[in-house]
This record gives sequence, structure tokens and C-alpha cells, in this order.
Amino acid sequence: MEKTKYLIIGNSAAAINAIEAIRERDKNGSIFLVSEETCHTYSRPLISYYLGNKVDEARMLYRPPSFYEDHDVRTCLGKRVVHLDVSAREAFMDDQTRILFDKLLIATGGAPFVPELPGADSEGVFTFTTLDDARHVKMFVSDHCVKKAVVIGGGLIGLKVTEALIDLSIQVTIVELSDRILSATFDRTASGIIERGLMKTGCSCITCNTVEKILKGKKNLVNGVVLKEGTKIDCGLVIMAIGVRPRLDLVRDTVIKINRGIMVDEYLKTSAEDIYAAGDVVETYDLIAGSPRPIAILPNAAQQGRIAGTNMAGGDKKYTGGIAMNSIEIAGIPTISVGLTDPAMIPGKETQNDFEILQEYNERDSLYKKVVIQGGRIIGIILAGKIDRAGIYTGLIKDRIDVSQVKDRLLKDDFGLLSLPKEYRKHLVTGHGIEV
Amino acid sequence: MKKIVIHEEYCMGCRLCEIHCLVEHSKSKEIIKAYKGEYPKALPRLLVEEKGYISFALQCRHCEDAPCLDACMTGAMHRDPKTGAVICDEDKCVGCWMCIMVCPFGVIARNTQGKKVASKCDLCGGEKTPVCVKYCPNGAIVLEEI
Ligand SMILES: Cc1cc2nc3c(=O)[nH]c(=O)nc-3n(C[C@H](O)[C@H](O)[C@H](O)COP(=O)(O)OP(=O)(O)OC[C@H]3O[C@@H](n4cnc5c(N)ncnc54)[C@H](O)[C@@H]3O)c2cc1C
Repeated sequence: MEKTKYLIIGNSAAAINAIEAIRERDKNGSIFLVSEETCHTYSRPLISYYLGNKVDEARMLYRPPSFYEDHDVRTCLGKRVVHLDVSAREAFMDDQTRILFDKLLIATGGAPFVPELPGADSEGVFTFTTLDDARHVKMFVSDHCVKKAVVIGGGLIGLKVTEALIDLSIQVTIVELSDRILSATFDRTASGIIERGLMKTGCSCITCNTVEKILKGKKNLVNGVVLKEGTKIDCGLVIMAIGVRPRLDLVRDTVIKINRGIMVDEYLKTSAEDIYAAGDVVETYDLIAGSPRPIAILPNAAQQGRIAGTNMAGGDKKYTGGIAMNSIEIAGIPTISVGLTDPAMIPGKETQNDFEILQEYNERDSLYKKVVIQGGRIIGIILAGKIDRAGIYTGLIKDRIDVSQVKDRLLKDDFGLLSLPKEYRKHLVTGHGIEV
Repeated sequence: MKKIVIHEEYCMGCRLCEIHCLVEHSKSKEIIKAYKGEYPKALPRLLVEEKGYISFALQCRHCEDAPCLDACMTGAMHRDPKTGAVICDEDKCVGCWMCIMVCPFGVIARNTQGKKVASKCDLCGGEKTPVCVKYCPNGAIVLEEI
């Protein structure tokens, strides 16, 4: 039977950063990587760029082609781990092969949530989370000269795929259950900016609504959808982008503790000895919410992977928690949102008075700046139109800096390090940077 | 590794660093062409902050624990194994601005003239003294082994 020191399940941001961290500390310990997807490690967020013909397959690679060789990793691509025997430290693959490990990293990411809809088995209905999905959509669109599409779900992935379809000159209708798109990360104003931007490109957003049925035409091909109240929309393509959930199938029947995601401690270790988890599959402490939850974004997956890898190889690095954030450019409008961007998202109105909101909005030019402050600290921002130097706010949020004394500078056009409390500026650059 | 250290008390805000940086990162490396005859026009890879009597030039700190490396979704942002500098491979970069979202110094700029790319200090290749340091008349930015 095969035996390895480190077994890595997954081949994406969390897995790759873990491997790099392991190799920084342990040059020789054997690393074995298993991934269900057959391809080399690629950038998942780039699949929409690939669909929209902005990036070719060669540029999709998350690391150079020689990555596995350079890091002395044995790979087993195109196979799925189907079962874990935690006490025997053994993983079982779908082709009956087994492998023993000393340390394991579960970096299985997320899986798209697929609603049960009549007609969902029609040809031309896709989810959109893997390179294969993107390839299939691309092929389908060109084979069937798709002119109109319906995207179910107006979250991050729904909008990313919409952007790509617009680039392919396809007219898109987004159907969103909530009363606005991007409702999980944006406030009403920012959602409105993007909705209007999309409308200008010929796209439409139907909110407070949902698809009840997918219609089939000739040769089992999709030819429309029916909404909740009966409206019919013609289309030759349906993308389901309702959401992604931690992929827990592998750990469900084990002693590894799960909640919404795999539960991990600050070292990214699961409840089982020598078994670590990182990335979209875990739930970690949300620094703003103050409680654990899955935050499925690439920066968190990469950082967690790196820390898990360090600890698997004998280090003791802590992961203190993450913050939800994203940078997306839609309809030519760059946007960045970090943390809690709208106090209304918090249930229970009694706490609403704690918040102070600074904002500036220029509707004509789609320019928006918003800073949410609680107890003297920034807990969220939204920038649209102009996003330069956004990370300075992110730093203030992460480091929990009291901004009470500099509030009047936070929205200024010349906002920069000189706008910050002096001690923080000093801290940022001690020794290596600015002397104040 | 060698890093650029800033002494703001010596900075007069003359912005020579900015000019030399832009020219160094232009195609022609000639000042008039760099400013007036190139498309896409090169951007300076540093910025000068100024308020009243205080001013200083600021460029990528090439952080040890660089948040832009984690945030980069394409793998364009990487650490040069030889020099330790944090470098953006502009060919791979798609301009998603995730790095801008997390850089606590705000020293990564959007270059949107041609193909969208994140534009930042590359320590002028890392072999020689960066031009901002070389041409600073006051020693307000210096290269030091850290
Ligand atoms: C279209 C799209 C756009 C996105 N855009 C952004 C963005 O702009 N910014 C951002 O921050 N994030 C974005 N994301 C999210 C980002 O891609 C994820 O946060 C990131 O990929 C998570 O990495 P991961 O390593 O945790 O897991 P994943 O990338 O999900 O990879 C998990 C891997 O594990 C494999 N696997 C799972 N189970 C098994 C098993 N049992 N056996 C073997 N292999 C298995 C899977 O096949 C997969 O290859 C986007 C995602 C999508 C789909």
C-alpha cells in the first residue's frame, strides 16, 4: 500500500499554498496530492475570464507548469477520495486504491448548491464553478449560437458569469430571490449602481423572484424558464449560481467535527489529530461577526492553506480569523467591499444606533464611498468607481484601529497614510519604512 | 534582503523619485518620450504623500507576510526567489484589483491604459540600486539591508 508523509486532498488555492509552506520547512517529506479535477492547478476565479475570452487556458494556471516537480509533489489527478479512516490514517479513492498518511490536509473547497427544478436536466443548464463547467458552457454557446441566457442567482458567481456572457454578446437576465443583487456584500446604493450599470449593457435584473421551472424544447434543449408568478422568459442557456457550500461529503461519516463547514482550531487543525483543513471547506472565525462561519474567498483560502501547511510541517502559526471582502469590476465599474457594509444586515434593530456611517455618493458618475464605523473602529467599507488605496481601510479594519480622531479625513480624495493616526503609521512601517 | 527605507524628515516633496521611476519603467527610458510619446504611458511605481510640511515617497514595502500574495487570484503576484522582492507578473495579471483591496500601504496602482494590470514597485529588477533611491538628492529614501 502507498504511504505518504503529507496527503493533500484538493488542488486549488488552499492546497497549493499549503504545499509551498510545507516545502519551506520540510524539503524531503513526501507529499501526495489527490484531486478530482484532472487539470493542473488553475485559478478558479479566472473561469469567467476564460469564458469571456479574456484569458486563454495557458494563462489560467495558478502556478508555473513545473510547480509539482519543483516542490517534489506526487500527484494523482482525476481521482476522488471517497472515504477517510481517521484512526487508521488512511484515505480510500474511487478506484479502490488506498493511501496511508501521517498528516492530512482537507482542502476540498466548495460545491455549487443546485436547486431541484423541473426541467433542470435539459441540455444547456449548467453550474459554474470549475474549468470544465466553463469549457462546457463555452462549447455549448458556440455550438448552439446562444443569444439569450438566464442566470439564476445574483451573487458573486452569478455576476461574474453574467459579465462573461455579456462579453460573448449574449443578452442576460439575472433572476434573484432577494430584493437586489449582491445583497450579501453590498448595501442598497452599491447594488443599485451595479444594477444600473448592467442595464446599460442590455442586461436585466429581476429581483424578489425565482425560477420555478426550466422549459425544454427540441432535442431536450432548454428554451426558457418560468418564474414564480408565471412569467416566461425565453433563453437558450441557464446558469445556476445560487451559492456554494463547503464540500463536506468526505468528512460527514467521520469523527471530524463539522458545522456549516469543517470546524478547525486556530492552527487550522480539525477535531482529529494530524488532520488539518483549509479554504472554502472550513468555517473560521469571522473577525467582524465575532463568530465562526465559512467565508469562501480566495485570499482566505490561500492564507489558511499557508498556515495549515506550516503547522503540518511542525510550525506553530496561528490563524486569527478572516474578513469577507471582494473586488469585482462589473459593467466597467470597479468595486471593493470589505467587512460589514450595511448595519441593516445584522438582525435585531436595537444595536443599530452604535453605528456611524460616513458616505459620499455621486450617482451620475457611479462614484460611491462608504465607511461603517462602530465603537470608533471601521468595520466595513464600500468603494465604487474609484477604488485606489482601498487596502489602507482594510488594514485599519484588520488591525482594529481607533479612527475617532481622524474621521473627517476618511472620505477625502487625498486619503492616505498621512491621514492615519500617527502611532498606527509608525506601527505600519517600524524600522523598515517611514520614520515619523 | 535589501529594502527601501524612508526618512521623511529629509524629504522636500521634489518628486524627482517619481519622475525617475516613471522613466525607468517606460519603454524608451527617455524622459520626453516617456512622458509625451508612449502609449500606454508608464506609471510611476511609487507615490508621494504630502501635507503641509510633511512629505515622503512611498513604494511597495515588499512585506515579509505580504497580503497581496495571498489575495492574488491568478498567481501573478509572486516573490522573486533571488531578491525576495514582491513582483507582479504583468503578463499573468488580469487587473482584478484584489491586491489593491488588501495592501495596507496603498502602493499598488491600477494601470488601465492598455491591458489592465496592477502596477507596483519592482525594486528596479533588484540587481541595482532602485532609481528612486539613486536620484533622491536628500537621502530621504535609502536602500538598506534589513
Ligand atoms: C466563478 C467564480 C469566481 C470567483 N471569484 C472570486 C473572486 O473574485 N475573489 C475571490 O476571493 N474568490 C472568488 N471565487 C472563490 C474562490 O475561487 C475560492 O474561494 C477558492 O478557489 C477556494 O479555494 P480552495 O482551495 O478552498 O478550494 P477549491 O478552489 O474549491 O478547490 C477544491 C478542489 O478540491 C477538489 N476536491 C473536492 N473534493 C475532493 C475529493 N473528495 N477528492 C479529490 N478532490 C476533491 C475539487 O475538485 C477542487 O479541485 C470565485 C469562485 C468562482 C467559482
